[in-house]
Amino acid sequence: MKKHSLRKTDPPPASRSAQRNIFQQLAAVPHAFWTVLFIAAPMLFVLYFAFTDGNGNFSFSNITDLGQYTNVFILSIAFALIATAICLIIGYPLAYFMSRQSQRAQKILMVLIMLPMWCNLLIRTYALMALLDNGGLLNSLLKNLGLEPLPIVGSYFGVILGMVYDFLPYMVLPIFTAMTKLDYRYIEASHDLGCNGLQTMTRVVMPLTLSGVVSGVTMVFVPSISTFYISQKLGAGKIDLVGDTIERLFQNVSTYNVGAAMSLVMMILILISLTIMNKFSDEEGGMVP
Amino acid sequence: MEKEILISLRGVSKAFDGETILDNISLDIHDKEFVTLLGPSGCGKTTTLRIIGGFETADSGEVFFDGKEISHVPPYRRLVNTVFQKYALFPHLNVYENVAFGLRLKKTPEEEIRVKVQEMLTMVNLKGFERRRVTTLSGGQQQRVAIARALVNHPRVLLLDEPLGALDLKLRKDMQSELKKIQRATGITFIYVTHDQEEALSMSDVVVVMSGGHIQQIGSPVDIYNEPINAFVADFIGESNIVDGFMPADKKVRFSGHTFECMDGGFEKNEPVDVVIRPEDVDVVPADKGMLTGVVSSVTFKGDYYEIIVDVDGFKWMLETSDYAAPDTTIGLYIEPEAIHVMKKSEFSGQFGDYSSFSDELEHLSDLEEEEEE
Repeated sequence: MKKHSLRKTDPPPASRSAQRNIFQQLAAVPHAFWTVLFIAAPMLFVLYFAFTDGNGNFSFSNITDLGQYTNVFILSIAFALIATAICLIIGYPLAYFMSRQSQRAQKILMVLIMLPMWCNLLIRTYALMALLDNGGLLNSLLKNLGLEPLPIVGSYFGVILGMVYDFLPYMVLPIFTAMTKLDYRYIEASHDLGCNGLQTMTRVVMPLTLSGVVSGVTMVFVPSISTFYISQKLGAGKIDLVGDTIERLFQNVSTYNVGAAMSLVMMILILISLTIMNKFSDEEGGMVP
Repeated sequence: MEKEILISLRGVSKAFDGETILDNISLDIHDKEFVTLLGPSGCGKTTTLRIIGGFETADSGEVFFDGKEISHVPPYRRLVNTVFQKYALFPHLNVYENVAFGLRLKKTPEEEIRVKVQEMLTMVNLKGFERRRVTTLSGGQQQRVAIARALVNHPRVLLLDEPLGALDLKLRKDMQSELKKIQRATGITFIYVTHDQEEALSMSDVVVVMSGGHIQQIGSPVDIYNEPINAFVADFIGESNIVDGFMPADKKVRFSGHTFECMDGGFEKNEPVDVVIRPEDVDVVPADKGMLTGVVSSVTFKGDYYEIIVDVDGFKWMLETSDYAAPDTTIGLYIEPEAIHVMKKSEFSGQFGDYSSFSDELEHLSDLEEEEEE
């Protein structure tokens, strides 16, 4: 009797979950719309331009033409790798240091790290240029001291410095998050089992914060390899990276298709590096539980 | 059998943020013993353990290990290993690598590691679990891995910080006897921290009862139970009726309007004392045959005995007896001289041992609270 009445009032589980599904799907509509309009469609355009010539005929020539830009690709990859490595070397110990401070100090340090991110990337890069330029603050100071000015702007060093300066917070924050999630008991357990400070670092802290490192490396490497603004400003136009080349190619209608091909290749490069990074974190099992 | 002293704490004090946790503690721990630090949460038992392990440094006082001062020796140089509360197994390593962790640091040859790890996993009944991720194990299995990981290093002392707290009752009982067996088999000194008095009594050679940063009593489980030193210990270890009384003469104690024969002496004439009588030591007799009489206020069937709360002139006693007595009837209480334990008055006098506000439900709730705090 009771069962019967229950069946009458409550909708069967199947239809309830169906309703929920419809609701869930509806909730995704705005995002789906956005994705199609602003991500999928432009990608298709890139694909289309990459594999057609100026008259809209199918062609591989754009891809084969990219051979002349091999050096640009190599330089871009090298710059991004170096900048990422420097960010990691500076960022990892910094994040560790931050995570060992008191709650209050952690908050202050977080704000200090985040502060530059509230300012637009372009403005920050300009500011850095103003500091390092020939007539900039640093070199004026050097000149007043009777020293030779440092030609940082326009050098490889300047561009890498710009990348590190702009993207360092993106390395520090995910590693810091992973560090704060790291239970202090693991560190005590490692001391208990015979690890000194360094061994605790390499055998416990690093493996358990690898997920943060993977996010940090990804978040620095991807913008570094595709930047054009930093190299334009801090390279003083003398250093051409993939981003600069693509920008230039797209500014001229006749090289539109080569630009699309170059964009495509770079996307594939980034995709490959992301896959490698994810694989790396899976194998080491460094995911924080 | 006198065993040599392995660990010795001398006048150890510790405060956190100005709050005293340990107040001038001195304690000797003998080799090959199973020692339990027992007390309610906040009594300082875990802090004591962490000072022995090297995870905390005492504000004052010394810690000796095998006769040497070790107060400032870091944990990784102490011949001590720990089974942590909630285990702290390394989530990035599998069972085998967790157990092998300490051996690898000592650069043990791979073949020897394999043999020792297998030996340990066999001992804790986890053979065949080598390649499992520790996060896929049940609480009891993780517990065993934690024990194996600590014992594989052959420490002189194993520290266990409420290691069974997260397990259910049945598993906890099994692990208790297993731990005791392992301790006997390996001959390693165990220092065990718990707030569960039953656990402490059933496993330990020596129980150290702590409260408020002080050691209240050190002794064998039987001594602690039969000869509690003050009202706190009497109440914390098992159930106790604690009554105000005085000693008119040696082997005579007067309480509840009656003078009883007892076994204790050495008090001043008419010195006020606390008298402890365990609930199971009171015989229920007809009212006219009793030394005391009282009115039954509640009876609870507990399986192998009845728990009776009886009102004797306004003071409520707890009795555990196999004789049923109906509520609101008047019964007599008969107490053998051996059942009466007389204690000196202490700071805890009057705080414990009256069952006026007692209910099983409240008791259970306060246990739960305690577990949450830990």
